[in-house]
Amino acid sequence: MYTDLVLDHFTNPRNVGEIEEADGVGEVGNPVCGDVTRISIAVGEGDVITDVKFKTFGCGAAVATSSMLTEMVVGKSLREAADVSNVAVAEALGGLPPKKMHCSNLAADALQAAIRDYLLRSGREAEIDEILASPPKAPEPSSH
Amino acid sequence: MKPVYFDHAATTPVDPRVFEAMTPFFCERFGNPSEPHRLGREARSAVDQARARVAALLGAGENEIVFTAGGTEADNLALFGSLARLQPGHLVVSAVEHPAVMEAARALNGRGWDVDYVPVDGDGVVDREAYRAAFRDDTRLVSVMTANNVVGTVQPVAELARIAHQKGALFHTDAVQAVGSLPVDVDELGVDMLSLSGHKLHGPKGVGALYVRRGTRLQPLLHGGGQERRLRSGTENVPGIVGLGVAMTLACEAMPEVRPRLERLRDRLVAGVLARVPEVTLLGHPTDRLPGNAAFAVRYVEGESLLLRLDARGFTVSSGSACAAGSDEPSPVVQALGVRPEDAHGSLRVSLGRENTEEEVDAFLDALPPIVDELRRMSPLYAKR
Repeated sequence: MYTDLVLDHFTNPRNVGEIEEADGVGEVGNPVCGDVTRISIAVGEGDVITDVKFKTFGCGAAVATSSMLTEMVVGKSLREAADVSNVAVAEALGGLPPKKMHCSNLAADALQAAIRDYLLRSGREAEIDEILASPPKAPEPSSH
Repeated sequence: MKPVYFDHAATTPVDPRVFEAMTPFFCERFGNPSEPHRLGREARSAVDQARARVAALLGAGENEIVFTAGGTEADNLALFGSLARLQPGHLVVSAVEHPAVMEAARALNGRGWDVDYVPVDGDGVVDREAYRAAFRDDTRLVSVMTANNVVGTVQPVAELARIAHQKGALFHTDAVQAVGSLPVDVDELGVDMLSLSGHKLHGPKGVGALYVRRGTRLQPLLHGGGQERRLRSGTENVPGIVGLGVAMTLACEAMPEVRPRLERLRDRLVAGVLARVPEVTLLGHPTDRLPGNAAFAVRYVEGESLLLRLDARGFTVSSGSACAAGSDEPSPVVQALGVRPEDAHGSLRVSLGRENTEEEVDAFLDALPPIVDELRRMSPLYAKR
């Protein structure tokens, strides 16, 4: 059901952990639903993401998408990173089983929350809507 | 180390002796048991012999065994078959039934039957008081499993069946997990119907049986040539039926040796897991459980992740987590025990079988703690506990 790339990211997840003194932190999900992802970012010159780390409580798909997302957004500007959608992460992994698509929504959502947190912390509230133009999401089951 | 199979509650490898007994019935002795010619008679006699074996092992009569395409069909035949001819009334099932019973009950509910789902206690045993209180004047049927597939708890079926009969209801039990692992005698249990399956006891997939006590009136699910005393039309699955008969015979013959050995292995595994991994709970009854079942809730860890990590290390296990099951909810059985949903997501089921060894259990006990540790370090919940 999982592609080799998904299993690789699950078995050897990249960028696991938490950045000490992060510039922004975002956490989404709910333990009752079985998945929580926390992403911390470091932001450098020109709004470039210089480091990303994640922690995920969740299934293979949730861990693999978190890991893949972190690889995809390091070195990107906040705006570019915010454009990376859940669907794009799933595609980069070579696809996910249909039942697992909702598990893949956490990673990009957590990153967006981390970017929002960074902008709030740095007094740039006014830019939030512009930078976080919402990318398309995978369909979610009604209970989530 | 070669891969270790710890998922016997899901399915078991076919015993080579079973496979050998089945083989001739594919290409050589392939006759249709309904035909009077030699090939047909040969097949008929093989089916009859298997029926006699299954019946004897259950303490039943030969004409009380209906072969089906598996446990799910046997459960559906029991519920729909016994209720179809009646005016909709009331049906009682436990809250921890296998989906084959649970979904059949829901479907009956959709056809006008009232269904009560009797709760279980923290060990997974049916709450006797709630059970007694569930009965109504129009309760026609009760279905409570002999032993649970997820947490292994064995139910007091004989007692529950007695109560059902006092109240004038029929009693069915899904014994798919129990037959071949524990002694099962239909008269000792006092049940009217009992489901079993071939592939849970080192037999083939696609075959099972329903025991139907003499005098219990059923309507068939499948209509056609009238095989299996008109209760299950369709040309008999001769190789499968032969395999079921041999597999059940082997499992029951080996039980006096296998059962205590599995219980020792299981207890070693449970004690080892509880000692080596912090924040783990044993699920199910501590002693009244299937010989090979060890089920746990591992906090701060998601079950499918645990399953996949163990799989990568060569251990095949199961989880009742929502994601492992491909659903939105973690195991309803685990939740029925009162386990919080966030902990139910970390459910792990290790089900041992007769080919497992102490070395395999010890290797598992070495492999598990670092995997749990790694997943917890990755878990945002663990840091906040």
